[in-house]
Amino acid sequence: MTGLMGLLSALAVLPLLLIFGYLVLKGASSLNLDFFLSNPVPAGQTGGGVAHAIVGSGIIVGLAALIGLPVGIGAGIFLAEYGSGRLGWTVRFVADVLNGTPSIIIGIFAWTWIVRPQGHFSGLAGAIALAVILIPLVARTTEEMVRLVPHPLREAALALGYPRWRTSLTIVVRTALAGIVTGALVGVARVAGETAPLLFTALGNLNFSAHVNEPMQALPLQIYVYATGPFPEWHRLAWAASLVLILLVFGLALVARRVAANRYGAR
Amino acid sequence: MATGVGAAPATGADAARRMTRGTNPADRTYQAVLTGLALLLPALLLALIVELAVNARPTIERFGWGFVFNSTWDPVADVYGAGPLIFGTLASSFVALLLAVPLAFSVAIFLSEFAPHWLRRPLGFLVELLAAVPSVVYGLWGIFVLIPLLRTFVVPPLKAAFGWLPFFQGVFYGNSMMAGGIILAVMVVPYIAAVSREVLHAVPSSQREAALALGATRWEAVWMAVLPYGRAGLVGAVMLGLGRALGETMAVTMVIGNRHDISLSLLQPGYTMAAAIANEFSEATTSLYLSALFEVGLALFVITVLVNAAARLLVWRTAPGRAVGSRAL
Repeated sequence: MTGLMGLLSALAVLPLLLIFGYLVLKGASSLNLDFFLSNPVPAGQTGGGVAHAIVGSGIIVGLAALIGLPVGIGAGIFLAEYGSGRLGWTVRFVADVLNGTPSIIIGIFAWTWIVRPQGHFSGLAGAIALAVILIPLVARTTEEMVRLVPHPLREAALALGYPRWRTSLTIVVRTALAGIVTGALVGVARVAGETAPLLFTALGNLNFSAHVNEPMQALPLQIYVYATGPFPEWHRLAWAASLVLILLVFGLALVARRVAANRYGAR
Repeated sequence: MATGVGAAPATGADAARRMTRGTNPADRTYQAVLTGLALLLPALLLALIVELAVNARPTIERFGWGFVFNSTWDPVADVYGAGPLIFGTLASSFVALLLAVPLAFSVAIFLSEFAPHWLRRPLGFLVELLAAVPSVVYGLWGIFVLIPLLRTFVVPPLKAAFGWLPFFQGVFYGNSMMAGGIILAVMVVPYIAAVSREVLHAVPSSQREAALALGATRWEAVWMAVLPYGRAGLVGAVMLGLGRALGETMAVTMVIGNRHDISLSLLQPGYTMAAAIANEFSEATTSLYLSALFEVGLALFVITVLVNAAARLLVWRTAPGRAVGSRAL
């Protein structure tokens, strides 16, 4: 039975190896300086790169982190520190419900709230959509991490005459910082790969644009367009862009794991 | 202190852990700021529901419940029925769970009960990475690797052996319910596995020890003591995976075929609610068309909320207060 379990477990992770293998096989050969530094060429021609999408993804995800992380982390600290009452229960439950909400729905929500009133698609709208996904995610991981801090630490600080807010911020949250950073990185890695919420917000852009008030390209959007398009050249670029995206996401996940391991040791 | 199902376990230590109300202004400000940030979450959820409902109203008033059961989707005649979408969403998720649950439970049981210790961390990490692969990359892989594989190696033998079943009728062109279901299965395995593992961890070791003391083998202890103890939580884990599968968009859109049809055959194209929104939202030219897509969104939202709420309550029965699913292994 142990053998069967092991076999099935291996079968479960087999797709990961297959996916990663194909990405390297089909994408690695297209990764050159041109790919990273140039913008797309007209459809049908060969060459071109995804510089615009890499920059766009960076801006959109960066903005999303800037908006989402403070709110999410703050809400998480609230849940851990003051969240034992009815309000805490509600916020916790709402966070879990939002975490389970399909990202495409967050996308049309951002469209009605930002794109429709403004009258145009924008990178900013995409960033806000991603921030909405990030907030509940980070709130829950932050809460878990702050809860791990041993209670005597807090008592010691209070006994030394620290006010509660300083105890909470400089002792409790400080102790949990590595865990909070881990949660934040994992959250950012997850939204960096999101496509659906960007479809009707950032929209995509075939040209280079760094204006947050204009339609902006992002790596996942570009992959979607290239993968579903008719040209073999596009497919080649889609594989390469996917390899870049997945390396980025895995990189963030690895850094997150490092941060956590340094603090808590093996888990 | 609240004693709702989801509240943190009300142990003595936890009651003490709770911050008491501060008396000086700085403490009050700190608490007020944090409370304000936390209140943004319910506000967001409320805004989301109101926005969806308001925008969906025209179709709700026009078609009523017929929207859910009708299978005509004709933007030219401005007639909308989401029957095929709802069917496709449920069917693809069902196929996904059928494939994913045995795998995910195996991973969870193997990782928490049987795997040698040196293997647990790397294997857990691999499963975690599986959860981190972006949806659109799964879609790309589905189009160019999975579908050709199915066409050459899977569908012909299936048709030869089970071609008489209604599930394997018709010609296989590639984009199909089967491809969508398999991609979804791969995607939800890590979620179900992660939560199941948390649930198994929450089973007290006294349960295992009691069974072992009675002469059970390790496998019997798992089968007869650990799994029944965690049953509610494991069902919750599956429902959590279901919630994911129902709302998954990009990968499914790319491989399921996107046709407003109800077909029992896994080889035929289908459509899901999320995929319809992704494909048609920007083409919605009439206001009723747009409203119909909002109603699809509203229905999808309501279904996922119900499934997720049930999942959480079930998981919390075994593992109270855990942030299920927001953290991989």
